[in-house]
Amino acid sequence: MPESSLVKDVRSSSESRTSPMRQFSQSPLPLHRNPYVLSAFCTEHNVKECLSHLNQEVLPLGLPPVWAESGGSSELNVVAVLNCMYDLIQLHHKGLRTLENMEVEQLKSSSNVECLQLTTTRLKEQLEVSKRENTGLLERERQLQLKVKSLQNCLKNEKEEVQKLQNIIASRATQYNHEMKRKEREFNKLKERLNQLLVDKKEKKQAIDVLHSIGRADGKRSLWKTEKTEAKHEGEMYKTLLSDYDTRQRELVLENAELRKVLQQMKKDMVSILSSRKAALKSDKHDHSGLQNASEEDEEEVFDSSKESVELSCVHAREKLTNSIRLQWRRLKNHVERLDSQVSLAQIGERKNTDAVPRETHEEEMDRLKLEIQQCKDFIQSQQQLLQQLSCPCDEEAAPLLNDCFMLQEKNRLREEWKTIEEQRTIFERERRNFTEAAIRLSHERKAFEEDRAMWLKHQFLNLSPFTDTKKSALSKSKSAFLISAETDPSAALPLDNVMKCHSDRASPTPRSVSLTSSSTADLYRTFCLIPENSSTKPKRKNGQAEESSIHFSENVPIQYKHWNDSEEHSSNVLFEDKNSSI
Amino acid sequence: MNFSEVFKQSNQLCKLSPDGKYLATCVQYRLVVRDVSTLQILQLYTCLDQISHMDWSSDSLFILCAMYKRGLVQVWSLEQPDWHCKIDEGSIGLVSSRWSPDGRHILNTTEFHLRITVWSLCTKAVSYIKYPKACQKGLDFSRDGCYMALAERRDCKDYVSIFVCDDWHLLRHFETETQDLAGLEWSPNGCVLAVWDSCLEYKVLLYSLDGRLLSTYSAYEWSLGIKSVTWSPSSQFLAIGSYDEKVRILNHITWKKIAQFEHPATIDNTKATMFKEVEKRPAVGSDEMSLLNISVGTTLFNTQSKYEIYPLPVQIPVVKPDPDRANPKIGISVLAFSSDSRYLATKNDNMASAVWVWDMQKMSLEAVLEQTSGVRCFQWDPRRPRLALCTGNSKLYLWSPGGCVSVQVPTEGGFQVQSLNWHCSGDSLVLLGKEQLCLCYMDSD
Repeated sequence: MPESSLVKDVRSSSESRTSPMRQFSQSPLPLHRNPYVLSAFCTEHNVKECLSHLNQEVLPLGLPPVWAESGGSSELNVVAVLNCMYDLIQLHHKGLRTLENMEVEQLKSSSNVECLQLTTTRLKEQLEVSKRENTGLLERERQLQLKVKSLQNCLKNEKEEVQKLQNIIASRATQYNHEMKRKEREFNKLKERLNQLLVDKKEKKQAIDVLHSIGRADGKRSLWKTEKTEAKHEGEMYKTLLSDYDTRQRELVLENAELRKVLQQMKKDMVSILSSRKAALKSDKHDHSGLQNASEEDEEEVFDSSKESVELSCVHAREKLTNSIRLQWRRLKNHVERLDSQVSLAQIGERKNTDAVPRETHEEEMDRLKLEIQQCKDFIQSQQQLLQQLSCPCDEEAAPLLNDCFMLQEKNRLREEWKTIEEQRTIFERERRNFTEAAIRLSHERKAFEEDRAMWLKHQFLNLSPFTDTKKSALSKSKSAFLISAETDPSAALPLDNVMKCHSDRASPTPRSVSLTSSSTADLYRTFCLIPENSSTKPKRKNGQAEESSIHFSENVPIQYKHWNDSEEHSSNVLFEDKNSSI
Repeated sequence: MNFSEVFKQSNQLCKLSPDGKYLATCVQYRLVVRDVSTLQILQLYTCLDQISHMDWSSDSLFILCAMYKRGLVQVWSLEQPDWHCKIDEGSIGLVSSRWSPDGRHILNTTEFHLRITVWSLCTKAVSYIKYPKACQKGLDFSRDGCYMALAERRDCKDYVSIFVCDDWHLLRHFETETQDLAGLEWSPNGCVLAVWDSCLEYKVLLYSLDGRLLSTYSAYEWSLGIKSVTWSPSSQFLAIGSYDEKVRILNHITWKKIAQFEHPATIDNTKATMFKEVEKRPAVGSDEMSLLNISVGTTLFNTQSKYEIYPLPVQIPVVKPDPDRANPKIGISVLAFSSDSRYLATKNDNMASAVWVWDMQKMSLEAVLEQTSGVRCFQWDPRRPRLALCTGNSKLYLWSPGGCVSVQVPTEGGFQVQSLNWHCSGDSLVLLGKEQLCLCYMDSD
């Protein structure tokens, strides 16, 4: 039996499942452990013990007791057990969840730990590296310091060397000077000796052989050398020196006079300039007038004194003169500086002004020039076009290319047109179908009506007098004529009627469709050049349906026929391109 | 401009008399005196040996001819052709001979600068000046001829003695504060004596006639110093050219530097005019290289040249001196003021082809003349601000504030102008070639 086997299986599995449980419970339940009941926790014999044990076990978990002894009945409280079980399962689930969470947490923390370990190792490495770098740098620093030291030593040595060399040079110079002096002395001694020898030499003595003495250039006789002549020479010397100083002084005096003149001139000019300025200043500067006046008086006074100084040229006067000149020079400088700044300001203003005027003219000019440029560009363009046109026929190679171009353009244009026409055709198709349907309906109605009329006519014919017959016959004739024509070409005539009807009837409920159809028909006409382009359809539509309908009456049939023909012709062409388009 | 015919000369001994009337030339041992205006030979004297030095006396009456090898000096009188005078320095030797300013005394410097012998032509008297210093310019007479300054060396110290030329009375004798005195020069007014040290030390000392030290000037130390010193004719400026390629101008009142003229290799940013000599070889066809032309010689090889004004900046060719050799070819070696003290012409030795003209009023560079070859000699017109220069070719170059010209000396036989001398009137120039001379007459206007 499969079921039993299954049960067995289950049991065995349960047993197997319980076995670890039992093993687990062995330690807390030493009392209930029976040496022979190893396979099951609960047997028929120890149900109570089990229950009490379970109770004991459950109670500390905060669950309601599974079994109450107080009741006296040893019956197992199934509800309580189930609840307990449920609670236990819940607890178990919770425990599992927490375990899971804990596991996750642990995983996280372990990964964290790993990560941290990694970072620590990395940091350790970095530390290592930086330590190494540090040591390297320290080493380099040490080396550099050593180098510096050595260089300093070198420098010191060089300095010492320089010093030594300088000393050597100096000593050599002194030695050389000494030697030179010694040599010079020797040389002098030798010269002396030579001189003596030459003088003493008898055979070739210095001699002058003159035919006769000549007179002095000044015609005077030479004088004996005496104290007097010496004094005279001194005197003459001083005389020349004095005369030189004299001339020099004269020159200086002249120069001074010249300079004084210039100075005075300058002073005059300055005073005049400054006074004029002061006059101007006084008018707008009243608060400083007292001070100004004082200084002015001072200046006047100084000026007077300077005038005197020119004549007197005594020390005090000169001092005053220089002072006054200095003062006035300072003033003049200030004045000039002020003027300078004013001028610069004025220049800026002027530049602005001068700029403002030409800016407009500049703009005008710019505009004019721009216009001219535009004109020129246009001109150039037109000329280029003309040139192209001229060159096109001449250009044999470009011509086919251009033609191809035009062909392509034309093709595209035609295709687009074709598309629109196709659309219109489908619309018309739809309309036609509607018309035919309506015509069929109408024919049915007419048939019914005809029958009714026949009945009625028959009735009348039987009932009425012959007087009334004449009228009715005429009417009937016309009607019949109409009928005949309708019958001859039902496909055409009926829709016409329908159209009329459609226009008259549908105008109010579906004006859109009407307008659409009308417009499309108008378009159709236009495309086939039956209506002149400029005659717009809109005013026609406004004018009313009558006119349009009349057109329909008069022309629609052949046109539509033609259209169909065309469409059929075209469709053969179009089919390749657009298979969806039905005839 | 006109040129005279060419005359022979030797040792470039050719001098115009101070009064401008005569021209004395030496040809070997003969002395020829010509009239400047007619160039006729007035006198012809024959000396005992080849003449090594010749000079006119200040009054243009006597000519001194020195034969240094023989220690002989012969004096000739223009007025009395038969008058003669012969001074024999004997075995003591002779290295230099010159006239005293009065034209009645001859100063002979013996070999080794043992002494200077002063011979009087008036009294036949002889006097000695001991211990003259052998240096660049150890003796100078004042312009008025009253005083003579002489550099002396005694006990390894430099001294200056000022003599009254009239009777050779020693007026002043003073020690100078120089290491090794190199030269001395009187100011044109004769009141200030400029004394400068040797090139080892840049030092200029200015002494008054009475021996007072007026001022001392030193531009820098340690490197090579003064190369040349010149007074302006007005005594107003003292121009000092030095090895640092600069000219410094001292004024006569404070004796301080008032200007400094530099000689840069690139001249720019000045208002100076740059005159550059441009040579143009005459276009000679190969067929024209005939014997005739070759026989004419010089005209064929002479090239045309003219000055072109170059826009600044201009680079002047510089020859770098050899630093290991003494007396390097660098620095301002020649300085010359124009007669009106308005212009100063200078020559920098490492730019041998250029002459610089400075305006002394503006204290700025006026013009630079760049020649195709090294400048040999230049001299100012004694009357006008006009500078004549030569570069050892057959051309004469003239600069004036108005411009620059180059003139071909139209002589045959390869006349190369080595040196030139202005006539005192400024109307003519004596051009000296190697063996010839020629007079150049300026247009009077």
